[in-house]
Amino acid sequence: MIDIGLGHYLTLGAIIFSIGIAGIFLNRKNIIVILMSIELILLAVNINLVSFSIFLNDITGQIFTLFILTVAAAEAAIGLAIIVVYYRNASSIDVEEIQSLKG
Amino acid sequence: MMAHSLFFYLFSTIAVFSAIMVTISRNTVYSVFFLILVFVSISTLFIMIGAEFLGMIMLIVYVGAVAVLFLFVVMMLNVAQQKKQWFSSIESSKHIPIGVLISVIIFFELIVVIGGWKFKPDVDSSMSLSYNIEISNTHSIGNILYTDYIHLFQLSGMILLVAMIGAIVLTFRKRSGLKRQSYFSQITRERSDSVKLMDVTSNKGVELDD
Repeated sequence: MIDIGLGHYLTLGAIIFSIGIAGIFLNRKNIIVILMSIELILLAVNINLVSFSIFLNDITGQIFTLFILTVAAAEAAIGLAIIVVYYRNASSIDVEEIQSLKG
Repeated sequence: MMAHSLFFYLFSTIAVFSAIMVTISRNTVYSVFFLILVFVSISTLFIMIGAEFLGMIMLIVYVGAVAVLFLFVVMMLNVAQQKKQWFSSIESSKHIPIGVLISVIIFFELIVVIGGWKFKPDVDSSMSLSYNIEISNTHSIGNILYTDYIHLFQLSGMILLVAMIGAIVLTFRKRSGLKRQSYFSQITRERSDSVKLMDVTSNKGVELDD
């Protein structure tokens, strides 16, 4: 317990990843919270990469974390732009009301 | 070592608590604030285990840009207050047990993978990419990022450019009925287009043809 190793960081990443997955499943009211859950999942992946990079003494993991950060920022910008356009058309972003493609 | 474990448990507890609050918080603005708290705690952990550059970049990019973007959109769309909490109504809470079940299963699978995993006894990282004690974390990241991974680095720049153009194209709209200044028609206007000299005969007046 006292000695913090790789397993502790991986467990933290697993917990945050599961919370992100649960957030996507549970939230039916607000699509912005789903985007935030996706950010949490990407953050958990970053935790795994950085802790492996530190404990395996190889810096490649940190570089890939940098790329994941880039992709996450781009994804957040595009997703929020899509949400703004959708809100302008439908004046609501409730997940339950988004069903125009339902047959 | 004691301080390290103490700080690890403190910050990871804060991070997990805030991640849960992001998911179940009723007000979306609170969700964004808890998201900021998650990012700050995790970047503190990164700085603590020796990835200072990534910790700082995490603070700048996530807290400084992404979270502020989220906050901006939440406040612009006026959706901060949700009408009812996600678990309040009966018919919309049928999915909750299955969602919790799936995420718990995923969590236990990850724990099994972490618990049953260990290094090969002769594992060794590739020597060219390993840490050099002499230089700082930022310096060693730069050494590798700008040499071995320069193409991926430029590709990520292209991704950011495409994201920027895409966001602008998505949210741009042409409004009708808006009077705008047209520089081209102003500059190309000639005297003959706008002024006409006429001889006015007396008692007849001028007939305008417009």
